Amino acid sequence: MRLKTQKRLNQPIWLEIAIPVGGLVMAFLVSGVFLTAMGVSPMEAYREMYYSAFGDSYGLSECMVKAIPLAMAAIAVTLSFKMLIWNIGAEGQIFMGAIAAAAAARYFPSDNHVLMLFSMGSLAILAGGLWAAFAGYLKARWNVNEIITTLMMNYIAIHLMDYFVYGPWRDPASLGFPMTAPFPQSARLMEMGWGRVHSGIILAAILIFMAWWVFKMTRWGYEIRVIGENPKAATFAGIDYVKNVVVVMFISGAIAGLAGMTEVAGLQGRLQHGFSGGFGYTAIIVAWLSRLNPIAIALVAFLMGGLLVGGESLQIVMGLPIASTLVVQGCILFFILAGEFFRRYRIVIAKEDV
Amino acid sequence: MTEPSTLLVEMRGITKSFQGIKANDQVDLQLKRGEVLALLGENGAGKSTLMNVLSGIYLPDSGTIDIDGKRLSFGSPHDAIAAGIGMVHQHFMLVPSQTVWENMVLGLPELPQVLPKAKIISDIRDISQQYGLDVDPEAIIWQLSIGEQQRVEILKSLYRKAQVLILDEPTAVLTPQEAKNLFHTVKRMTKEGRGVIFISHKLDEVMEISDNVMVLRKGKLVGIVDTKGSSKEKIAEMMVGRRVNLELDKKDIVPGKIVLSLSQANALSDRGLKALNDVSLELREGQILGLAGVAGNGQTELCQVMAGLRKMTSGKLFLNEVEVTDLPPRKLIDSGVRYIPADRKGTGMVSNMDVRENSTLKRYWRSPVAKGMLIDWKAVLKHAMGIVKDFNVDTPSVETPVRNLSGGNIQKLMLGRELSDVPKVLIAMNPTWGLDVAATRFVREQLLEEREKGAAIFLISEDLDELLSLSDRMAVIYRGKIMGMIEDPNTFGIERIGMMMAGTRIEDAGGAI
Repeated sequence: MRLKTQKRLNQPIWLEIAIPVGGLVMAFLVSGVFLTAMGVSPMEAYREMYYSAFGDSYGLSECMVKAIPLAMAAIAVTLSFKMLIWNIGAEGQIFMGAIAAAAAARYFPSDNHVLMLFSMGSLAILAGGLWAAFAGYLKARWNVNEIITTLMMNYIAIHLMDYFVYGPWRDPASLGFPMTAPFPQSARLMEMGWGRVHSGIILAAILIFMAWWVFKMTRWGYEIRVIGENPKAATFAGIDYVKNVVVVMFISGAIAGLAGMTEVAGLQGRLQHGFSGGFGYTAIIVAWLSRLNPIAIALVAFLMGGLLVGGESLQIVMGLPIASTLVVQGCILFFILAGEFFRRYRIVIAKEDV
Repeated sequence: MTEPSTLLVEMRGITKSFQGIKANDQVDLQLKRGEVLALLGENGAGKSTLMNVLSGIYLPDSGTIDIDGKRLSFGSPHDAIAAGIGMVHQHFMLVPSQTVWENMVLGLPELPQVLPKAKIISDIRDISQQYGLDVDPEAIIWQLSIGEQQRVEILKSLYRKAQVLILDEPTAVLTPQEAKNLFHTVKRMTKEGRGVIFISHKLDEVMEISDNVMVLRKGKLVGIVDTKGSSKEKIAEMMVGRRVNLELDKKDIVPGKIVLSLSQANALSDRGLKALNDVSLELREGQILGLAGVAGNGQTELCQVMAGLRKMTSGKLFLNEVEVTDLPPRKLIDSGVRYIPADRKGTGMVSNMDVRENSTLKRYWRSPVAKGMLIDWKAVLKHAMGIVKDFNVDTPSVETPVRNLSGGNIQKLMLGRELSDVPKVLIAMNPTWGLDVAATRFVREQLLEEREKGAAIFLISEDLDELLSLSDRMAVIYRGKIMGMIEDPNTFGIERIGMMMAGTRIEDAGGAI
């Protein structure tokens, strides 16, 4: 008996449900073994994760808080992924946006709420956008691998922010913690009256809708899709590849930068070391799981938020070290992503002696 | 010693499916010693699948193969080679950085650690003399011309004592003279009792070289006929499934003014090598200028330069006497220059997008499809439906991804898209390559119709018969240089065109008439 893989001709609907569910079950089984070895009851841990994230209004609001930057950054990378430009640098662009927003609050303070947020937002867009467009230009002009450049530029951006919060921008009143002084009230996003959820949720919703609309309805969205599907055909139709790569990378970075500004202005109220927690990387997974569909990103970002919230409560309630909650989260992601294989292929038993 | 059986290859009941589609359905094939069997059928009819099964590359779902009366195990290229099957693919399987003799022994089982170079080379010389395959065994592959590389491939099979030689569209890359030499080699091989399977689209050469013709359609065997007792029309009918008229109605037209002219163009290929060398051409209203040449002599680059898609290192391009050198390609599209590339799926279409989305590739930025920044998908739909209807595109719906269409239907869709704006200049490269007889005829008729409407047409083809039946004038390209302009192709003589394709200038090929 020999096992062979065969490409699926089409994906039946039951499969679209069975695969993520099957992936979750597998993930819970495998991490259950791990949790048992740690001396924790897996059932109890999973119940804790579920209830802390989806059990009450506060849990749901916390999922939403995490979903806001995730969805924004996922939209950012989706834009570039659609044209097969691999912007891995959303994390760095988030940091650049946050630095720029903090700089606006520090150097051009204003009591006018609208004016303050406008200057923070514009600077964040510019900083994130230029950060990404630089890598885009290198790619388009000299075919420099954008995966490498955007990834490396992440480290530069992260360390640049550390320089500011450890150095010139550190709040003297912070007792040595690496953080800036709190932003003035005019530089804070409004609260929505639901836990810590802030008005960044409106921005995220607008971006999701805009992305959907651009791809579906506009000439530019059509151009991006043609470039992504077949760059040769794009050139053949007279589409300017170089210009589009730079423009798309700018907008991709600008959205990520805006996500960084939203995070510091909406949630943290100041710039501090490690504020992002890897949203820029997790967003790549969100974008993939959504198959680059902006509407799906909204849902997936929320569920991913639930996974993060559940993981945090495992640490607090069950007393597990952070590494072990990462293992559980990693298992879930691994099996869901591995399920992609079974969505596209099926395993058949090869007939003997033909 | 026993007499070898006269039946060399017997394939029985071969079935092979890909993703549920039967590429071969209960196909039988018999090849006798000394026979040239032509294998015909449109692209996707299952010819390549059948040959890949025979040469051990594909594992079929069912069926048997006997070589010389011995059962061949499936799915092992090694066993197939050992049993005497040799295949010359369309895209050669040679290592470009190695010498001819190194390529000969590559992959041979039981090679000694130190290669007996002198013996190998003398063996190769013997075989090349015997079959008239002139190649230097110590030459490095990439330095050889395409025709020479093909000879190396054939030599490789003979060196491995192949009894059956499969030639997959061998003449597509040859000049008429080289093709003639190839046919001599084939005849010498069959005289010795070897068998040759000859895959081709060109009915003329099939009539010339083959003893029998086997036709496949949609994976099934349509029939086998004796070549001498048949005709081009009959074979075409077998391929298509109904009667086809091969004659074209080409009207006399007085050509108009010059529309597109290229002067002293020089350009590089993607690899940075010189691809065009001082090329000057003029396209006139209502005239088809044909371009003959062996594949890879700069034709693609020339088309791209004329469509504004490739930058020239020097030279000028004029459209209606206005210089358009280095203008963005979209400007040329807007001025009515249309280009049908040879690489349909790779360049002309976006395979994963549907018929509707592909139909608008050359007009999405213009009214009525463009509404400001937006695309009016209703207008696109109407346009796509129009193309599907006017050009008989066989598709389940306009929402079907283009990758699911057959080659002929993709070409019709592309033709429909490029012709829907009534082009002033039409550049068409190998527009009928791989199409069945009916689709080929349809494409040629469309080209003639555009000519009547006054388009200036540039037709590049590897099929000399096609060029001769459509062109009003003809140029021949060799290594990026135009060898001469033939004002009356039909009386010029195919031998002289062949000489020019091999690098002889028109003055030395007997001069212009």
